[in-house]
Amino acid sequence: MKVNGVVHPAPGDPRRLLSDHLRHELGLTGTHVGCEHGVCGCCTVLFDGMPVRSCLMLAVQAEGHEVTTIEGLAADGAPLHPVQQAFHECHALQCGFCTPGFVMSVVGLLAQHPSPTEEQVGEGIAGNLCRCTGYASIRRAVHRAGELSRK
Amino acid sequence: MTTRWFGQRVQRVEDDRLLRGHGRFTDDINESGERALESCFVRSPFAHARIRSIDVSAARAMPGVVAVYTAADLPFGQTDLPILIPHPNLTHGRTQRCLASEVVRYAGEAVAFIVADSRYVAEDAADLVEVEYEQQPVVITPEIAARAEHLVHDDVPGNVAAEMLQEVGDVTPALAAAPHRKRLRFRFERGAASPMEARAVWARWSKSESKLTVYDSTQSPTSIRGGLAVLFGLPESSVEVIAPDVGGGFGPKIMLFYPDELLVPFAAMQLGRPVKWTEDRQEHFTAVNHERGQVHDVEVGFDDEGRVLALSVDFIHDAGAYTPYGIILPIITAGQVPGPYRVPNYRVRFRDVYTNATPTSPYRGAGRPHACFVMERTLDAIALEIGLDRAEVRRRNFIQPDQFPYDVGVAWQDGNTVIYDSGNYPALLQKALANLGPRPAGDHVGMGLGMYVEGTGVGPYEGAHVQVLVSGKVVAATGIPSQGQSHATVWAQIVADELGVDMADVEVTSGDTRRFPWGVGTFASRGAVTAGNAMAVAARMVADKAKHIAGDHLEVDAADLELSGGEVRVKGASDRGIPLAAVAVLANPVRYAFGGGTEAATQFATRSRPGPPLREGEQPGLEATGYYSPPGSTWAAGCHAAYVRVDPKTFRLEILKYVVVHDCGRVINPLVVEGQIEGGVAQGIGGAFYERLAYDAEGQLRNASFMEYLMPYATEVPAIEIDHIETPSPLNPLGVKGAGEAGVIPVGAVLASAIEEALGTPITEMPLSPLKLFELVKNRS
Repeated sequence: MKVNGVVHPAPGDPRRLLSDHLRHELGLTGTHVGCEHGVCGCCTVLFDGMPVRSCLMLAVQAEGHEVTTIEGLAADGAPLHPVQQAFHECHALQCGFCTPGFVMSVVGLLAQHPSPTEEQVGEGIAGNLCRCTGYASIRRAVHRAGELSRK
Repeated sequence: MTTRWFGQRVQRVEDDRLLRGHGRFTDDINESGERALESCFVRSPFAHARIRSIDVSAARAMPGVVAVYTAADLPFGQTDLPILIPHPNLTHGRTQRCLASEVVRYAGEAVAFIVADSRYVAEDAADLVEVEYEQQPVVITPEIAARAEHLVHDDVPGNVAAEMLQEVGDVTPALAAAPHRKRLRFRFERGAASPMEARAVWARWSKSESKLTVYDSTQSPTSIRGGLAVLFGLPESSVEVIAPDVGGGFGPKIMLFYPDELLVPFAAMQLGRPVKWTEDRQEHFTAVNHERGQVHDVEVGFDDEGRVLALSVDFIHDAGAYTPYGIILPIITAGQVPGPYRVPNYRVRFRDVYTNATPTSPYRGAGRPHACFVMERTLDAIALEIGLDRAEVRRRNFIQPDQFPYDVGVAWQDGNTVIYDSGNYPALLQKALANLGPRPAGDHVGMGLGMYVEGTGVGPYEGAHVQVLVSGKVVAATGIPSQGQSHATVWAQIVADELGVDMADVEVTSGDTRRFPWGVGTFASRGAVTAGNAMAVAARMVADKAKHIAGDHLEVDAADLELSGGEVRVKGASDRGIPLAAVAVLANPVRYAFGGGTEAATQFATRSRPGPPLREGEQPGLEATGYYSPPGSTWAAGCHAAYVRVDPKTFRLEILKYVVVHDCGRVINPLVVEGQIEGGVAQGIGGAFYERLAYDAEGQLRNASFMEYLMPYATEVPAIEIDHIETPSPLNPLGVKGAGEAGVIPVGAVLASAIEEALGTPITEMPLSPLKLFELVKNRS
């Protein structure tokens, strides 16, 4: 399994969730676990470029695939990824727990719709729960991220 | 000093690491080479049962299991957990034990605790624990509890934990004499805060250093530290509690002690290895406190002009199975019912009743949404009865801007009475109506209106430590943690202004007892008022000290100096000054220069004044610890107004426009306040139309998952237009009031008002749903 461009050995425990594997075996704790039943979207990662819930997959299912986590978007010390930058500018995070999942969903959304309509934004983030922001700032951030990405 | 940062829309300093996935939440703590053991609970599947036996032998024998604890294995196994806020009226307060061994009184109550090599193994072992239960009659809903056909606690007659009656004026004759009288009943069901991060605890015991280190997703690390020190007989200096990044709180994380908060540290001490526990979402639904269940009977007397002459409110509060948090919730409701209105004769009685459900404690709003709902729905009913505009009824009952301070006369949660410090309620209403604009065209459209006040910034106190380092950088710390409220940003704004430095030079730590051991916690919209002012107090002490030291050095009177641009300067002579970094050096006379310019403070360096190097009574270092203890609460206020459309066939709710006008005194950072309000309104919409904890008659929570407990997604929350007025609080140096809970308080009242108009059906309960509206309309016709 390739995670953020680095090849890792096969997971040992066949029943290990991908979310637990990323967090506790690979130390990539930026992927958060909010519900473990696939509803909240906190654990969203890119799986071969598509947003998926890492709590609904076993780690062994990721064998031979490419996973991108929040840590893979911008190298340490490098500028933020446009989606991360937009979230900062628009105050689209408060506690920051749901944020990595949202950011990964939005990266997936913008890959599909580089200039999303308001409705596409709503649909694109409707698989992620946030309890702090009330979403208005996240909607603004998606549009801003689109702008930044197009620059 | 010119204010530069206070009031600015400053972007947050906490964002970068959270956005990069470098946040540090409690479940992320495992440090290299020190992997914690993992744990889980065995919880009662029944709402009320006697425990006949517990057999943990198979679980103990399972490979990978390190320890299994029941009450019998704990030195504190027979000790009731504390009542956090005792009150004379709480005559029958009851708390649970860490692990139940005789009776369980709600589904989800902890019975056994398992520590293993991994959470996966611990959960396997939990399945092997055999508990024999004898089920008892279940008491669910506050109305059934009040009938007392069965008891939750054998020794609590009537299921009544507390009863409290307060009266201002003389209600009975005033009601009798009123030209109009109306009786109303309002009902609220249970809801849950549901922060996105459930709870977690990580603990390590260092025997060689005799030091207990605990990471806890709590809203009050200082209280956890005090409690652990008492429980384990350690000096407080041997216990460190850190609330690292906390993924939302909204109230239930101020509750303490949840069993894990004692068991995880206990196991770590016993086993000599770090232990962690991370809650899963399903257990969060029943193991973490709820709120909102109340039933109100109201009688109001009013005159032909719609003025309230007398108001009687009698309500029952659903305490759940225990009362660890005392009776704060019903006290808040009782104190906040009158809101921004003059109620010359007001009587309020409550009974706090036990049910076989999860205990209750504050959840964002904390008794205020009910209070607001009662008063606002009552005013709407008056308006309807006498054919008056809803806004006009409110105008005729407002406390006027020249009537502050205004004493409502009933008890408040801080031990004082409810006294409003400042406000301008007519201005809030006027602005909200102007911003709401004309009614949209179409059928089944309704307008809703809701006004509220919010007692914020309760004591007893908070403190802060501020230090200028010899590098010129500033570090600041306070005891209260952040769960997303942007403390690191707003405290830095406050400190930077007081010290005349760039915000980027101020680094804030909050919620870490190693850095600041005193304080209370983050709750009740109190952070900005209490810790914010403590930051200002401490920073001003540092500024004064800097002026005295710089005055000696520059041979200028301290009164002629100011802090600006990272220097202490002579007022009006910006070329005469000394950098704060140099003042920090001079503040600590040294024998041994250790770099950083400290040679300037050694014994053979030029002395600026005679006498001992450290002036008598002075402490070394350019630092200070300051405290702020409020004389009373600051009273924020606001008005929300909305247009909604309800589909007459599907009863889908569409919020066409939602406006908020908010007054939290002086605004430190509009970006942050608006974020708090937007989030609060979204939570309010969830609580008004989607979120209902559905207990069945057996005391089983039937929707303990995010699949069935419907929190709003982006698709359910409309754009919210926010505006402010500022009536500074006269009670604190910064003139601020709290803002954390404001967004949520009036949403139920606003939507009820709007839906009532849209459908022409009385709305007297929360939460609503399409099905509920369908039933209300069907039953009416």
